[in-house]
Amino acid sequence: MTYQLALSQLLNGLQLGVLLFLLAAGLTLVFGIMSFVNLAHGSLYMLGAYFGAAAFAKTESFTLAILAASLGAGAVGLLLDRFALTKLYTRDHLDQVLATFGLILFFNELIRIIWGPGSIFMQVPDALSQTVDIAGFVYPSYRFAIIGVGLLVALGLYLLIQKTRIGMLIRAGATHPHMVSSLGVNIKWLNTLVFALGAALAGLAGVMSGPIVSVQPGMGEPVLILTLVVIIIGGLGSIRGAFFAALIVGVVDTLGRAFMPTLMRSIFERNTADAAGPALASMLIYLLMALVLALKPQGLFPASAGATR
Amino acid sequence: MKLFPVAVEWRAPRTLVAIVLVVGLFLLPLLAGDDNSFYVKFATRVLIYALAAIGLNFILGFGGLVSFGHAMYVMLGAYAVGIPVQHGITSGYLHVAIALASALLVSALVGAVALRTSGIAFIMITLAFAQMLFFGAVSLKEYGGDDGLTIATRSDFAFFDITNATALYYFAFVAVLLALYLSWRAVLSPFGLVLRGSKANARRAAALGHPVFRYQWVAYVLSAIVCAVAGVLLANLTQFASPSYGAWTLSGELIVIVILGGIGTVFGPVVGAVLLLALEESLPMLVEATLPDYKSNWMLLLGLFIFLVALLLKRGVFGSLRGGK
Amino acid sequence: MKKTMIGMLVAGALSGAALAQTTPIKIGFVGELSGPQAPLGQDQYDALMLLIEQNGGKLGGVTVQVIKEDSQLKPDVANQVVDKLLEKDKVQIITGVTFSNIMMAVHKKITDKGVFLIGSNAGPSPIAGAQCSPYFFSTSWQNDMQAEVVGKFASDKGYKNVMAMAPNYQAGKDFVAGFKRTYKGGTVIDEIFTPLNQQDFSAELAQVAAKKPDALYIFYPGGLGVNFVKQFQQAGLNKSITVMSASSIDGTTIPALREAALGMLTGSFWGPDFPNEANQKFVAAFEKKYNRIPSQYAAQSYDAAQLLDSAIRKVKGNLADKKAFHAALKAADIKSIRGNFKFNSNQFPMQDMFVFDVAKDSKGRVSLRTVAKPLVNHTDAYASQCQMKSL
Repeated sequence: MTYQLALSQLLNGLQLGVLLFLLAAGLTLVFGIMSFVNLAHGSLYMLGAYFGAAAFAKTESFTLAILAASLGAGAVGLLLDRFALTKLYTRDHLDQVLATFGLILFFNELIRIIWGPGSIFMQVPDALSQTVDIAGFVYPSYRFAIIGVGLLVALGLYLLIQKTRIGMLIRAGATHPHMVSSLGVNIKWLNTLVFALGAALAGLAGVMSGPIVSVQPGMGEPVLILTLVVIIIGGLGSIRGAFFAALIVGVVDTLGRAFMPTLMRSIFERNTADAAGPALASMLIYLLMALVLALKPQGLFPASAGATR
Repeated sequence: MKLFPVAVEWRAPRTLVAIVLVVGLFLLPLLAGDDNSFYVKFATRVLIYALAAIGLNFILGFGGLVSFGHAMYVMLGAYAVGIPVQHGITSGYLHVAIALASALLVSALVGAVALRTSGIAFIMITLAFAQMLFFGAVSLKEYGGDDGLTIATRSDFAFFDITNATALYYFAFVAVLLALYLSWRAVLSPFGLVLRGSKANARRAAALGHPVFRYQWVAYVLSAIVCAVAGVLLANLTQFASPSYGAWTLSGELIVIVILGGIGTVFGPVVGAVLLLALEESLPMLVEATLPDYKSNWMLLLGLFIFLVALLLKRGVFGSLRGGK
Repeated sequence: MKKTMIGMLVAGALSGAALAQTTPIKIGFVGELSGPQAPLGQDQYDALMLLIEQNGGKLGGVTVQVIKEDSQLKPDVANQVVDKLLEKDKVQIITGVTFSNIMMAVHKKITDKGVFLIGSNAGPSPIAGAQCSPYFFSTSWQNDMQAEVVGKFASDKGYKNVMAMAPNYQAGKDFVAGFKRTYKGGTVIDEIFTPLNQQDFSAELAQVAAKKPDALYIFYPGGLGVNFVKQFQQAGLNKSITVMSASSIDGTTIPALREAALGMLTGSFWGPDFPNEANQKFVAAFEKKYNRIPSQYAAQSYDAAQLLDSAIRKVKGNLADKKAFHAALKAADIKSIRGNFKFNSNQFPMQDMFVFDVAKDSKGRVSLRTVAKPLVNHTDAYASQCQMKSL
């Protein structure tokens, strides 16, 4: 195995990781502040991919596609928060799981009605369709772009949350929501803002992954499960936790898939290895999550020591 | 031991609905007749889902712990039929024994780890274990892997021949009645009282000296075993076992059934299963009759329905009826 | 159950041909109609409906009712919809079936019931061999055939070093085995099997570039093929390495690939440029109605519809006489749009196999162009294992 192969797989893992972070950031904040389990977060990712693909096909501008995806998904998030979900914030997790499960079915079908049951293909933008060659190491430039965008967003979120007044309220809301509202902050407005922001980030993740996976109804669910794993490992409500956990999950999952079969082949005979390798690779992140939860039920980076949810 | 541990209020709406439903389910194959084996098979599916949901209700409804991975026990039960049959072992008693033993083993282990957490973490850790088992089944290449396993013959229960659709139906019917009775007795027993108490306030129950963890653990294992039996029945109904029986969507569907029916009621899961599956069956026809072009998009309405149930019907359909007390 | 069967037979015998004229024949269609592989099932369905529509809603002079079901590429879902077709709708014929794993899940169930299954795509080897059934006919191919023609072509061309790539599942292994069966005179220097859900081939493409084979043989159906070809082109390999494919670059993926696929080769039994009259008529009618070039999946299904048309006409709509209907199907008295067409002993086709390249057609659209006919009157390798029961 060459170092180039290992490096490119590591970058693939990083790329998956930052995409997961875009999704996990919104979900973990919504959970932290509103104590709301939103299974329909994956649907916002799917909507983003469709909005982006449609805009890209119409205008041939990837920048516009990104805008359409994040603003579109953000708007849907805003509407959801205002008109559908507010009542659920105070209910127990079970009702939330049920309601958002219903929303998943609803959105998948809605997409099917509008864009048809098949998948639609989204081209890599021309400017990014080539490979980058760094001292003999070749890697597709679009994937570099994803990593770049993801890290930029992470930096932006860090600044927003650590350095601004809104960020302070979000931080306070995540740990002591009642205190924040009794201090006279309009918590409803804060909720809407956070929800829409999370939705926009999910939409951004959707459009960024559009050209590398097929855009199709139901594409949000597998990603949703991965994202849930991320926010659990990272610790609910913690952006920092979501960031590190996303990178860990992305890299572990990718490296597992890439090297587990080869590794197994060197231990077992080929038939056994070919069967067990991929399965074990798929299990790896769940194993990781079970391990983390068994040792640290609050996740690796709990939002605060006082938060017991 | 008395048959009924408490006085039953026969004229309460809940009791009436339960009786009407049980009698209706009992008569169904007679009404459908031989020519409509499709409906008998469909009703069998309803009963099997009801059985699995009764199992889940044990930990979810009475224990207050949301397991998002109970489909894995259904899958275990299905493979407990599929794999032995592939090797020519057709004894149904053996299939049930294997299903029970494997569910017992897995749930004892999973429960021991998962019950250390609670709330959302419990939801996710049960999901994680179910996903692991799911991918494990996918890797069983010699038993069909991803594509699943076609089961050549149904389980052989010697004196009770279930090759006929109606016979299998009554087999499932008896299983559901048994599970209902057991869950009713268990809920009213001291064990059930502590379990429900721990749902309301685990810390207080523990402070009162009850070994809450052990009670929850037993409840978790029991609920897994009931789901495994449902899996054995499902494999016999479809003559098919596949990783998809352990997919997280089925776990979700079981939760939907429990909540739809009315969480924490003994009979709720049956009502939920009847409602959800009847809806899944009739919505396509309804849509076809009104908007034929959108026949395949009936899930939109189902999604909306589930959403509204969660929003408006806090205690589920059956749970909203006035009960005995 | 037994009573029902007898009842149906009695009713069928009593009614005879007279009644059959008034009650429509129920035909079930099962295919992949959602998800990334939906274009395949959609083409199968559209071609079937095209012939029925051309005949005024009839096949063989009898009104037919087609009940469409989506198997969602999930064997358990396929099981359920087939149950519904058999027991609720009580269809007499089922056609379609897009993927091999779906075929394996439903084949036994349908043929055990004595319902005729006219497969218009998947042809897994067990059904061509040991598990063959008189109730099953295929109007497409046995899976290996599409690979074997590419193997023969590679030997004819004298390629010395070839690499093979496919997803790591049963069909992937079959398609590589089929290629190797007919590829002589050179070596397969490496076989790469990627996980079925892997969408990103950058690491493997790096290996291909390093080994510099004369040609690369791939099997990546549907959306996987689209991803593979795009990434192959992005990696700049299409200038130096010839790509030969089976069931990957076809009428359903070319619209998404367009210029990226130019020059790539693929093996099949039919192409839209076949000059025979029946084909020209079919292609023109399909393009007019659906506004796209038909794929091979449409062609297979159109032939299935033609087969049903001829067989139903021969028995005058009386499907209760299964023996007569079976004989009428087996005769395959049709003008197949592929040209040569006969049923082998296992009721899979005996046909010529071709190789095509991707090129611009007369209207400037990217499409398939016939380049060679490496195999004539080709049959599959499994027919000898089939002991066909008589009806």
